[in-house]
Amino acid sequence: MPGITREEVAHLARLARLELKAEELDHFAGQLDDIIGAVARVAEVADRDVPPTSHPLPLTNVMRADEVRPSLTPEQALSCAPAQEQQRFKVPQILGED
Amino acid sequence: MTVTTDLVSYEDALASYDPVMGLEVHVELGTRTKMFCGCSTGLGAEPNSQTCPTCLGLPGSLPVVNAVGVESAVRIGLALHCEIAEWCRFARKNYFYPDMPKNFQTSQYDEPIAFNGYLDVQLEDGEVFRVEIERAHMEEDTGKSTHVGGATGRIHGASHSLLDYNRAGIPLIEIVTKPVVGAGDRAPEIAKAYVAELRELIRALGVSEARMEMGQMRCDVNLSLMPKGSETFGTRSETKNVNSLRSVERAVRFEVRRHAAVLGGGGTIVQETRHFHEDDGSTTSGRVKEEAEDYRYFPEPDLVPVAPSREWVEELRAGLPELPRVRRNRLREEWGVSGHDMQSILNAGAIDPIVATIEAGADPLSARKWWMGELARSANESGRSLEGLPITPEQVARVAALVADGSLNDKLARQVIEGVLAGEGDPDAVVEKRGLKVVSDEGALGAAVDEAIAGNAAIADKIRGGKVAAVGALVGAVMKATRGQADAARVKELILRKLGVTEG
Repeated sequence: MPGITREEVAHLARLARLELKAEELDHFAGQLDDIIGAVARVAEVADRDVPPTSHPLPLTNVMRADEVRPSLTPEQALSCAPAQEQQRFKVPQILGED
Repeated sequence: MTVTTDLVSYEDALASYDPVMGLEVHVELGTRTKMFCGCSTGLGAEPNSQTCPTCLGLPGSLPVVNAVGVESAVRIGLALHCEIAEWCRFARKNYFYPDMPKNFQTSQYDEPIAFNGYLDVQLEDGEVFRVEIERAHMEEDTGKSTHVGGATGRIHGASHSLLDYNRAGIPLIEIVTKPVVGAGDRAPEIAKAYVAELRELIRALGVSEARMEMGQMRCDVNLSLMPKGSETFGTRSETKNVNSLRSVERAVRFEVRRHAAVLGGGGTIVQETRHFHEDDGSTTSGRVKEEAEDYRYFPEPDLVPVAPSREWVEELRAGLPELPRVRRNRLREEWGVSGHDMQSILNAGAIDPIVATIEAGADPLSARKWWMGELARSANESGRSLEGLPITPEQVARVAALVADGSLNDKLARQVIEGVLAGEGDPDAVVEKRGLKVVSDEGALGAAVDEAIAGNAAIADKIRGGKVAAVGALVGAVMKATRGQADAARVKELILRKLGVTEG
C-alpha cells in the first residue's frame, strides 16, 4: 500500500474540523498508514467470489409503517443544547459561505 | 448588495455556444412521518416540537426507513420510466454544517433506487422534447436555519444562527437528469417545461403536493456552454434553490448570458454554486464546489439494504395513474380544444376542476367556460388558485345545469357564482335569496315589453317594416328594465308577436 501523506492527513483533519499541529500531522500519517495497511490485508484473502460486506446481518427491507410516533417535547429536545434562543438551537456564526 | 455581472445578449450567446443543462429537483414527500423516524411531518408546528433522538442524531438511536417513502420513490422511478434497483443501500454524506445535527445526511450514493429513465415534456408549440433521467434517489431534508444579526436576515454578517430541526429527516427524493444537450436556444423553455411536467407527475402520483412556493419542490440548475460544433462539455455552474417555474427559465437564461460573456472575454468558468435572486433574475457567486470525495460517502451501517422484489415493483407499475401528458392529450381530444387552449387550461391549474365539474354532470364546454372565465378572473383578483376558491366543482356543475334548463341566463349565473364565492351558500340557495330567476312568464314580461315598444316607436316601426334585426335594441331595453332577469329568447318572441312579425 502507498503511504498516507502528511497532506492527506491535513485534508482529512480539515474535513473533520480537527486542528492538528505540524508534528501531529507526521505522527498520525504514520499511524493511519499502519491502520490502513492492516485493513488492506483483508483484500489478500477476499477473492472475487467474496462480495464486500457493509452489513453483518443478512437482512433487507426492514421498514416501518408510516405512522406518527410521539416526539420529544421541545424542552427535552433542547435540554442538552449548549445554547438556545427562541426555542431553537443556537449555533455560532457559520463561516465559509456568504 | 450590488454586483455587476458582464453579460452578452442571449442571441449572441446562442450564436457561438450550445448550452448543456443538468437539472436536480428535490421533492419533499407528503408522508405522515419522517424518512427514518416516526416524527410527524405536519406543517406549522412550533420549533423543535417534531424531533426525536433519531432525527437529532443522539447517541444510541437507530433509524428505520419509512415504507411509504420507499414505495413513493419506486413509483416516481417507474413513472419516469426508470429501472428499479434490485438491491441498494443508503449512504452517509458527511459534512459539518448545523442544518444536520448528525453531521451527515442519509442519502444514496452509487446505488440509487431508480436510474436510467426519461420524461417527455411538451413545449408550448407542441414540440415534444425527451429529457433523460440519470437517477432518482432517497434522502432526507435538513433543518431550517435562521440567521440572526445580519442586515437582511441572510447568513452574510450574521452573528449567530438558530436551528429548528422539525424539517430535518423529512423524506426527499432527488431526481437528477442526464446532461440535457441539443436544446439550443430552447434550453430555458425546456428547463421550465421539465420542472412543470415533473410537478404534474408528482401530483398525479399523489406522493407530494409539490408546491414550489412552500419549498416542497426545489430545483438546482447546472449549466455549461460548449462552443458550437464542440462535443466537450464546458465547466458548469450550479445555481441553487431556484424555486418557481419562471425562475428556472430565468436562471438558465441568465447563466447562458453570463457564461458566454466570461468565455467570450477569454476567461474561464469557475465551478461553483451560485445563488439565484428572484428580484432581478440574476445569480451571484456562492461557494466553490467541494469535490465529491470530500463528502466521504460510505454505506450507512444502521440501515439494511432495500431490495424491492420484482413482484412488488410490477404491482406498483400496474397501479400507476395515467401520466399527465397522456391525460392532457386525451382530455384535449375529448373536450375538442386546441393545443394552445389546453396549455392555457394547464397554466391556469384548471384541468382537475374542469374534470371534476364534468364528472359532476356538466358538459365540457360550460365546465371550461366557467372555470376559465368567471372563476379564473375571481381567482386572479383574489390571488388564489382555482382550487383555493370557495366553490366546489359540484356547485359549478349545478350552475351549469340551471343555465342548461333555462332557469338562469349567463348574466344571472355569474351573480349566482358571485354569491357562492361570497359564502351565501349553494347555487340554489343563492338563487332563492337573491331572487335570481329567469323571468319567461308572459304576464310578468308583458308590461316591460309594452313599455319598450312604446318607448322606442321608431325602432318598433322598423321592425314592423321587416327589419327584424333591429329587435335586439328592444330586447336590450327589456333586459335592462328587468335587471337582466328576463329570458332573452322569450322576450324576443313576445316582441315580434306583439309587432305582428314572424321571423323568417
